[in-house]
Amino acid sequence: MDNLLEYAASGGRLTAGEILELLTGADLTELGIAAGLVCDRLHPEPVRTYVIDRNINYTNICTSGCSFCAFYRPPGHPEGYVLTTDEVLAKVQEAVDLGATQILMQGGLHPELKIEWYESLLSAIKSSFDVQIHSLSAPEIVHIADMSGLDIETTLARLQRAGLDSLPGGGAEILVDSVRVRVSPGKASTSEWTEVMECAARLGMKATATMLFGHVESLKDRVEHLIRIRDMQDRLNVFTAFIPWTYQPSNTALGGTTPGGHDYLKMLAVSRLALDNIPNIQASWVTQGDAIAQVALRFGANDIGSTMIEENVVAAAGVKFRLSEKRIIELIHGAGYDAAQRDTLYKTLRVHSRMESVK
Amino acid sequence: MNQLIAKSEIADIIEKVEAGERLSFDDGVRLFKSNDITTIGWAANLVRWRKNGNRTYYIVNRHINHTDICKNRCKFCAFSRSEGEEGAYTMSIEEIVARAEEYYADLKYTELHLVGGLHPAMPFDYYTGMLSALKERFPDVHLQAFTAVEIKHIAEIGGYSVEECLRRLKDAGLGSIPGGGAEIFAPEVRNQVCPEKMTGDEWLSVTRTAHKLGIKSNATMLYGHVERPEDRVDHMLKLRELQDETGGFMSFIPLRFHPINTDLANLARPRSGIDDLKAVAVGRLMLDNFPHVKAFWIMFGLKLAQVALSFGADDFDGTVVEEKITHRAGAETPEALTVTDIRRMIEETGTVPVERDTVYREVVR
Repeated sequence: MDNLLEYAASGGRLTAGEILELLTGADLTELGIAAGLVCDRLHPEPVRTYVIDRNINYTNICTSGCSFCAFYRPPGHPEGYVLTTDEVLAKVQEAVDLGATQILMQGGLHPELKIEWYESLLSAIKSSFDVQIHSLSAPEIVHIADMSGLDIETTLARLQRAGLDSLPGGGAEILVDSVRVRVSPGKASTSEWTEVMECAARLGMKATATMLFGHVESLKDRVEHLIRIRDMQDRLNVFTAFIPWTYQPSNTALGGTTPGGHDYLKMLAVSRLALDNIPNIQASWVTQGDAIAQVALRFGANDIGSTMIEENVVAAAGVKFRLSEKRIIELIHGAGYDAAQRDTLYKTLRVHSRMESVK
Repeated sequence: MNQLIAKSEIADIIEKVEAGERLSFDDGVRLFKSNDITTIGWAANLVRWRKNGNRTYYIVNRHINHTDICKNRCKFCAFSRSEGEEGAYTMSIEEIVARAEEYYADLKYTELHLVGGLHPAMPFDYYTGMLSALKERFPDVHLQAFTAVEIKHIAEIGGYSVEECLRRLKDAGLGSIPGGGAEIFAPEVRNQVCPEKMTGDEWLSVTRTAHKLGIKSNATMLYGHVERPEDRVDHMLKLRELQDETGGFMSFIPLRFHPINTDLANLARPRSGIDDLKAVAVGRLMLDNFPHVKAFWIMFGLKLAQVALSFGADDFDGTVVEEKITHRAGAETPEALTVTDIRRMIEETGTVPVERDTVYREVVR
């Protein structure tokens, strides 16, 4: 194990077997030390980052019916909604007033909306605001293509022309079809998710990749997911960041329990060690809370994600953490780093020196 | 692994830990000033494994706060009330026994944890009376009661020396005393945070007396306010010295200053998960003669308390039924955990959950 940890910390590429060995055999703090060394080598400047953005969930009506989701409502449900363009624009305005540089629009797989609806929404935002539209996860792209009778590449190209800048990594869940058929049978398959990323790469769009863990998947499935993402990145160089987060069971059909802080930090550190070709790893304060998110900055994460002026999906599963920009800066400073606001593509916009918060 | 540790700014201290050498004041200060929390945690975990192996302890217990009326009214405390104030209460001995009864049938808890305010008027008999009434009703339940601060107060109420007071409480059923009221011993810090409270020397003196009478105790440290790293280490070294002398401490319990709803909210440093883990891990490293370190989940939250089990802590505390002191100060943790929750969280860390009694004997059900 010592040799493997040293090899991993030196940036050596890990096999699936080795990744599994780290997940099952290494101590938490050992993984943290190794992941921290890799993170420091990739990000040698003593700066850790965040982005100011707003999640806008344009609809909660969804035909997918994922058993881990507490947010969606099936078509015809009285609590279903679709935001109007004006409502979305008002939310964007509020976000921009609070300093947001990024809009993260995601919604359910709505059974009636076609590509024209999305195009007009995107261009309405883009014509009024100077924000990066980091929106529409791969399953939504696949669904919009289906609804509109288009192939994925044409769909993505049209959305890009209308103003879509980059794709969030949601909907990846676990990219192993035997897991997907159990928890999200109505959602894009592994190959469809991959195809969206291939098209995005060809169109010069960037994306992130996520992993939702702690539901029905095995440790082997987690490893397979990491390897898939790493292979894709070797071919496509499309991912700016990887974001592992934990399943939240409240109000979901699947139920069960959520992984603890231990499993989260372990998975985060192993992700940093396994994904040698992805520059950034994000901590998830939305699912972990501020204390663990801060600790995550010493377990391989170099970015604490976004201020999320609005977040509905995780909140629907009973977890409501709220962090202000001030608090995010405070957490980064408390971990011993300067805090930098970044844009979607990880360009530094503003640095808050940790000397500011030294009393 | 050693090759990875060798790159750390605190590698020399880690070497001392590996060799089993006692750490110095300067070592402690450097650990608190270092940001290399994973290396500190790794070393603390090493000590934890040496002392406690793969066992992680928890206890099935119940807290009863018999009164919130307190003559001290420490500014950082959101719990205390003055007599006649809204929310002020004092339970009669019958009420205390009835409270204890409520959960006993279901939980068969092994410990009652009794802590309250310094009530200016309740007589000495109230304290011996509650202990003997509980002991009579629950002979197998360990009574961990009254911090050193309360002991001194109860002694004054009864007109006894601390030693005589402790003897009488012990005769009435007192099993051990909790570690509260230690706060931070350094006088200049204590004067800002809790000038109303007994001095650090007095706390140590009451505790020494208890230990010499065979009454075990725990020790807390309140951090995250105006104290410096030097003050934390000073606090730990005073505890270590007393432990060398008496051997009466069971566990070290770091408590984060949690002053929402109090006058001293402005003294609190912003909450830092890293600092919480440091308090646990540096505590484990400095207090080489303490058998146990506790991650009190009510304070830390469940996720961080679980992580603390890999940073030197070997005790997850308990299924604390009815805890008011931290919750009045704004803690958002649930008030009680089930045994199933606790065991699952311990197992996730790769250690074995062991139910303990107050003095860390395994409980077999």
